[in-house]
Amino acid sequence: MNNPIIQWFKYGSPQSFYPLAGKMIPWFWTLAVAFGLAGLWISFFVAPTDFQQGEGYRIIFIHVPAAWMSMFLYIVMAFWAGIGLALNTRLSGMMAQAIAPTGALMAFLSLWTGAIWGKPMWGAWWVWDARLTSALILFFLYIGFIALQAAIDDPRRADKAGAILALVGVVNVPIIYFSVKWWNTLHQGASVSLTRAPSMATTMLWGMLLMALAFWMYSIAVSLMRVRAIILEREAHTEWVKNLPEIQGKSS
Amino acid sequence: MSAIIAIIRRDLLLAMRRKSEVLTALFFFIIVVSLFPLGIGPESALLRKIAPGVIWVAALLATMLGLARLFAPDHADGTLEQMVLSPTPLGLLVTGKIVAHWITTGLPLVLLAPVLGIQFDLDTGALGILVLALLLGTPLLSLIGAIGAALTLGVRGGGVLLSLLVLPLYVPALIFGAGAVESHISGLGAGGHLSLLAALLALAVFFAPWATTAALRIALE
Amino acid sequence: MLTATGLSCVRGERRLFAGLDLAVGPGEWLHVQGENGAGKTSLLRILATLSPPAEGEVRWQGEPVEVLAEDYRRAMLFLGHHGAVKEELTPLENLTLAAQLDGFELDEATALQALVRFGLRGREDLAVRFLSAGQKRRVLLARLAVRKAALWILDEPFTALDVKAVAMLSGLIEEHLAAGGMAILTSHQSMPLPNGRVLKI
Repeated sequence: MNNPIIQWFKYGSPQSFYPLAGKMIPWFWTLAVAFGLAGLWISFFVAPTDFQQGEGYRIIFIHVPAAWMSMFLYIVMAFWAGIGLALNTRLSGMMAQAIAPTGALMAFLSLWTGAIWGKPMWGAWWVWDARLTSALILFFLYIGFIALQAAIDDPRRADKAGAILALVGVVNVPIIYFSVKWWNTLHQGASVSLTRAPSMATTMLWGMLLMALAFWMYSIAVSLMRVRAIILEREAHTEWVKNLPEIQGKSS
Repeated sequence: MSAIIAIIRRDLLLAMRRKSEVLTALFFFIIVVSLFPLGIGPESALLRKIAPGVIWVAALLATMLGLARLFAPDHADGTLEQMVLSPTPLGLLVTGKIVAHWITTGLPLVLLAPVLGIQFDLDTGALGILVLALLLGTPLLSLIGAIGAALTLGVRGGGVLLSLLVLPLYVPALIFGAGAVESHISGLGAGGHLSLLAALLALAVFFAPWATTAALRIALE
Repeated sequence: MLTATGLSCVRGERRLFAGLDLAVGPGEWLHVQGENGAGKTSLLRILATLSPPAEGEVRWQGEPVEVLAEDYRRAMLFLGHHGAVKEELTPLENLTLAAQLDGFELDEATALQALVRFGLRGREDLAVRFLSAGQKRRVLLARLAVRKAALWILDEPFTALDVKAVAMLSGLIEEHLAAGGMAILTSHQSMPLPNGRVLKI
């Protein structure tokens, strides 16, 4: 068992991953809070006021990391789903299922903050900007994934069907993104872009980076918590779950 | 190869015996398109502008109607099991079914589109581009839709779920399909849009039957 | 020769059976018995490669069936609960199309002959929708008669058949076994066929 690959496979089983995830969660929460506080401090107090957009631009410190995360998480989700389909590992499907709601939340957050930002900048809550439109479609893709998994009773089938949808989606995300972008330029849409800042101050970049890290840590922590809940739910009939101290404590 | 032709012939024969299903989707397409002028007003300049988008959106919705029944009857009466057990690879049989679906739902839309285009005062050149774009785009709709139909097979609330899964994936087809006609009208030429549509079709021909087959196997397990 | 070793099947969270071994040789048939929900259909679906077993392996002529793939599917005929008979098509069309799907051409004379043998004379051009449940099953029996397969896997083949049709099917299976074929079937009634074995799950 000294082979590192076998060591990794050991953590591929829900039984050994459950306590490991439990140990990791507080760390990721701590990091999320630390990065978040630092990022917010920079973005609200250190970063200079934008001479064009005033104070309102500060929403990009939430908006941009959320948009990044929503795209990243879809790829991560599809990655786990693909692993689950190829290697038939149970944990991978659970990971994909656990990531989806956070991804949807991020997509929604980027839409929401985009709208708040858009009102003072463009004078409208919604413009058919290429980024906003593709974020909207990404949000729909997440919702479709979650709805499909929720509609199938057998968890194994739900995992596999979800995996195919995620893989089809991941092929389509770039196609959708570029088609929307093309459509946008053809129709001479909004010329102001959310992230197009000609000379972004270094402090702004730092703020954005710290916030992105905080979002990463938050997403990992929440996904791990969710995957633990999913493991308990699906493995409820097994001996090791029944012997867990937290389960024993509740039933006695 | 003979098994694919047999599948196509069988599905066409079944469509002939249940004509109402095919005709319902077709009339749905006509009615949806005809409602827009009533809602927007008869100004021909405006109608000409929205025509490609309206016809394409209606085509997407009309294609959706037949999709739920692409695999469901075969699943219910056990034919799907026999298809899995056939010596012919399932992927080829699935391709045959998709072709039959396109012939019964996509092709009629292509043939009908010019008539509806005339309602919207499109000129002959634009009508030609519209037909060409639909000819490239409707097989794409059938191919992508088949994945959704296979994924939602025998699933609670399958029909609504199917639209939720498939419609976002239809976005590129809609953009390039409607865009082809629009850019022709605005004098930019439709070549770019049409070749992108053809590229998407090539990609889908390659991947969609594979994904559909995988989804069907999961549904049958 | 079909052999299976150590088969187990899990449905949802319930284990239906485990460590199941079976073997069927030429001229032999296996009668799978068990209560409702014991996993008879699941076992047959595993043997037909429609679903993978949770554990264990199925071999045909010594080779794993997943490796043989279409060679195994060509040698095997599976009839499930639903007969894969299309309501809108006529018995003749159903039979011809099933044959094409199975990868062989069936000429009309042979097809008609098979339909007549199972008492469907004069109904070959009537949509199956207009036939009774028993007649619908007879269309399936005709399919058994025309399809050359070494192994038959039949799930409840006697359902909805009248006495005469039961005798016909028994005769058909006997003929099949006499010619060196194999059969695995589930049924709630006992069957007076030679070379049979019973598997209880």
